[in-house]
Amino acid sequence: MTAQPPVNSLRSYPDATGHFGQFGGRYVAETLMPLILDLEKEYRAAKQDPAFQAQFDDLLKTFVGRPSPLYPAPRITEHFRGLAPEGKGPKIYFKREDLNHTGAHKINNCVGQILLAIRMGKTRIIAETGAGQHGVATATVAARFGLPCTIFMGAKDVERQAPNVFRMKLLGAEVRPVTSGAETLKDAMNEALRHWVANVHDTFYIIGTAAGPHPYPELVRDFQSVIGNETREQMLEAEGRLPDMLVAAVGGGSNAIGMFHPFLDDPDVVMVGIEAGGHGIESGQHAASLTGGRPGILHGNKTYLLQDDDGQITEAHSISAGLDYPGLGPEHSWLHETGRVRYVPITDNQALEAFQLCCALEGIIPALESAHALAALPQLTAELDKERILVVNVSGRGDKDIFTVAEALGVKL
Amino acid sequence: MTRFETAFAKGPALVCFITGGDGDTAANLDALVAGGADVIELGMPFTDPMADGPAIQEANLRSLAKGTTTADIFRLASDFRSRHPNVPLVLMGYANPMTVRGPEWFARECAKAGVDGVICVDIPSEEDASLGPALRAQGVSLIRLATPTTDANRLPKVLEGSSGFLYYVSVAGITGMQQAAQGAIEEAVARLKASADIPIAVGFGVRTPDQAAAIARVADGVVVGSAFVDIIKQHGDAAPAALQDYTAALAQAVHAAR
Ligand SMILES: Cc1ncc(COP(=O)(O)O)c(C=O)c1O
Repeated sequence: MTAQPPVNSLRSYPDATGHFGQFGGRYVAETLMPLILDLEKEYRAAKQDPAFQAQFDDLLKTFVGRPSPLYPAPRITEHFRGLAPEGKGPKIYFKREDLNHTGAHKINNCVGQILLAIRMGKTRIIAETGAGQHGVATATVAARFGLPCTIFMGAKDVERQAPNVFRMKLLGAEVRPVTSGAETLKDAMNEALRHWVANVHDTFYIIGTAAGPHPYPELVRDFQSVIGNETREQMLEAEGRLPDMLVAAVGGGSNAIGMFHPFLDDPDVVMVGIEAGGHGIESGQHAASLTGGRPGILHGNKTYLLQDDDGQITEAHSISAGLDYPGLGPEHSWLHETGRVRYVPITDNQALEAFQLCCALEGIIPALESAHALAALPQLTAELDKERILVVNVSGRGDKDIFTVAEALGVKL
Repeated sequence: MTRFETAFAKGPALVCFITGGDGDTAANLDALVAGGADVIELGMPFTDPMADGPAIQEANLRSLAKGTTTADIFRLASDFRSRHPNVPLVLMGYANPMTVRGPEWFARECAKAGVDGVICVDIPSEEDASLGPALRAQGVSLIRLATPTTDANRLPKVLEGSSGFLYYVSVAGITGMQQAAQGAIEEAVARLKASADIPIAVGFGVRTPDQAAAIARVADGVVVGSAFVDIIKQHGDAAPAALQDYTAALAQAVHAAR
């Protein structure tokens, strides 16, 4: 939701057909095509409509609690400065998406999409969820606007994420456990698409990350760009200049693209996306689609995927449910291939360590997803001079993860 | 005349779908032909069959669990072609397995195996470049889907570059669920026929000879899938006999409809 970028800008994608270079596109069943085209038309109109923008901004302010703070993290900064070679160790800031209503960046996108749904006259909401963060955020906006809402969630995740299932139910959503496939996020998305195909006339699908068929990657990115736009403004106010490096975890890629996109045309701003390395890339048990995958077509878009030689999709693994998906949004695939953004895998164990460090040094319990971004700091702070500024997008809070972390640390609750 | 033209010239055609690698596929295909199938659709299994209902989803997973590969599917196809030189054979599946080695590779393998046409569920006309040109260059038909949401504006786009037949998905939904009302099907087929110069086959939710006969009175072909897949699940290795019987009942209903 920003002004039109100049031609030749890295910010002018996707092209008119919804592609980012070879990635993206609209790989959906014919039944969905007319709706996808309609959504695009409606989104273009909304983007031009000051009333839509004003309503979005107002809800972000009064309902979500934006702007979220840009927090200078003094003890983390000192900690890594102490470990870094002489003269290295940048000043570290956190963008505090964890302080949003519902505890993560996911709500930014949900507010935008439900306004679109209402604009299009749709009367039912569906969504997929893995850990339940997007499900909770969707159920929240559906409650706020009084629309019935069905959340598709893998049966295994329903079991693993009981607190979020209860939250969704409290918010009035129907949670539908999905028993097909491996019963996790990928299967929840398949099932949501199946349901959507059969209910296109009245149903709006709120996709939870910057992926899926065009125009979803674009509109999710635009709604999440509030993260980067605020960061830019807040950094100029705090430091009088732009940051030198941005770091964000990449699951489907929505918090990362929301942080990165407003800076893509600033050549001096380095960007690093952190993928879930699970038990390590060599182990084959990871969710690092760029590092360990190849381009392919799934869930409406062409993008990097974890797959075998025949193009069968392989199961992802990450300790972080929000990163546990065998693909990612198409714009990241493109930014990876163009080299504009660097992507680095972080293992479960590294993320766990960073999770604890952040709790102990800053009094902030980060989401396990965000802990992946924090876990790249040992490596990244060693590269950057001490006069430099690095921003980590703390995409969410870790309250939802305390059970997983306790189990990983061998603590009985 | 192409195999499609010959098959559809005889009157309403029965188009039969089964998933490759689920059960004894070669024997099952022979049973479909022996029962009177006019066109065969062989499903390429995929881990994420987004357009399929539970029956075909499970067939995909059963096939993959047995280790079915793309090479196996092409072997089934070329063996079928040797045994049945005149029956049109269509591969039906999803974009990723079809394009993972490049569309040119896939199209060449189709041509080599004697595959007449390809249905790719998740490549609409907007993304034709990902598969269509490669197939057409090899003389393999790209069979597109039209649906209840395909309006008059879109139909020419759907038809452009497609050949063999047009597959009308009669319900907005997934395979194996409810059938559309007969009146709605008749209206849709009439609308499609006005624009299309290729045969119209109607599928999704068609199970019984009665349903098939009703559709065959107006359409050029009737597609049946989940009903066969259910038989294979139920009968396992003994499926061919049951498949042949069921196919014969459907074929008789379809062929006698007009
Ligand atoms: C806190 C948090 N961060 C990150 C993610 C990953 O998603 P994305 O890459 O779209 O930001 C999730 C997903 O559930 C999340 O809950």
